[in-house]
Amino acid sequence: MPHLAIDGLNASYKNLKVLHDICLDVERSEVVSLIGPSGSGKSTLLRTLVGVNKPTSGKVTLAQRTLDYSSASSLKQARDSMAIVFQQYNLFQNMTVIGNVTIAPLKIKKWQRAEVEEHAHSLLQKVGLGHKLKAYPDELSGGQQQRVAIARALALKPQLLLLDEITSALDPELVGEVLDIIRGLARDGMTMLIVSHEMGFVREVSSRVVMMDQGRIVEIGTPQQIFDAPKETRTRDFTARVLSH
Amino acid sequence: MIETILSEIPRFFTWPNLVFLGEAAGRTLMLSVVGCLIGFTLGFVLACIRQTRNPWLAPLRVAAIAYTEIFRRIPFLVILFLVLFAIQVVAPNASLFAIALVSVTIVSTAFLSEIVRAGFDSVPRQQVEAAEVMNFSRWQIIHMIVAPQAWKVILPPGFAFMVMFIKDTALASQVGVVELTFTGKILSNRGFSATLTFGTILLAYFILSYPLTRLGRYLEIRLASPRH
Repeated sequence: MPHLAIDGLNASYKNLKVLHDICLDVERSEVVSLIGPSGSGKSTLLRTLVGVNKPTSGKVTLAQRTLDYSSASSLKQARDSMAIVFQQYNLFQNMTVIGNVTIAPLKIKKWQRAEVEEHAHSLLQKVGLGHKLKAYPDELSGGQQQRVAIARALALKPQLLLLDEITSALDPELVGEVLDIIRGLARDGMTMLIVSHEMGFVREVSSRVVMMDQGRIVEIGTPQQIFDAPKETRTRDFTARVLSH
Repeated sequence: MIETILSEIPRFFTWPNLVFLGEAAGRTLMLSVVGCLIGFTLGFVLACIRQTRNPWLAPLRVAAIAYTEIFRRIPFLVILFLVLFAIQVVAPNASLFAIALVSVTIVSTAFLSEIVRAGFDSVPRQQVEAAEVMNFSRWQIIHMIVAPQAWKVILPPGFAFMVMFIKDTALASQVGVVELTFTGKILSNRGFSATLTFGTILLAYFILSYPLTRLGRYLEIRLASPRH
């Protein structure tokens, strides 16, 4: 039984159909990357999975539980076991680094303070920000903010981590520091669904790659298959274009 | 003219007159400060209602929006008269001061709720989304994330509104509340120079509103940065 099973998922945004019949399984400890041109529905798929966008139909099963997006309690339960990191970091600007990382575990999950703080310290150490605990988001670089956002997501001990173009807003020299952390997570067996434009990274870190276009899945395969021997012309065109520069 | 005014000064600034003026100033201040504080509290509640997403609360949201939109568009004087006559039904013995206070509250609730809403809206939507996905409740989002960042946007216009309202409470003299402006009329009717009387009233309004402006400025600086 896959950890995450998406079956026939459809979603609309302002009367525009943005996801068409998405079917995708993600096994535990698998890293699945979504690639495709802008507007192909990659980010929408992640946002729909966490319920920021509401699906119009389809079935999502997470850890053997079918999710009902119209039910607050079902959504709450699902959100309890997944975390998402956004392109724009979305840190709480009124809180310090450590505040951002500990608030949800303390106030929402109501875990023990001592444990939460220790975990937060070790996570921030891991992302190389052990010296910035008391800093505010606006005092940090984009790369640092994104690393805080990753620590904040990991502090929730998610069973599934969604990464939505987490390096797209970063200066090129800051991309590496963020991707290194994700590589580490993949090695540790974190189940991840990643939207990324960093093709080298996608190829290296993914168990499988999903090519999307116009709200549909075009092709699913191993990185080698998608990048070296794509079956679909659309995939071939896309990879040829992004890999040529 | 200057001589007449100067000669009246000793007769004007007598202890009973000063007490009379002081009480009136107190009433003016109470009307605006208490009215605006209650108005702020209620306005905050209205703004919170407007933040809800639950479909069952839709009627409440509509009511909150309707209230804000209607009462921001009615002249304060009209509301005063409306309350003056409408209140007879529920509380025939209500004092004129109570009537004026209720009127101030009605108007300030509408204006301040709009100011609070604008403050809430100034906080980037993405932070709210991030919190939603982490299972924060609507109230936790307002209380822990949105409100702390919204204060700096809410306070300057909020205080400006209250200071402005100190002047508008003069209209309460129209229904007979003995506040500053009404006191001015009484004193000038007693034969004191209108220039001297209303000059003093003018000064009194300034003395009331200036410290509030300063307080607003102080709070603005204190709360402007997220660091505590």
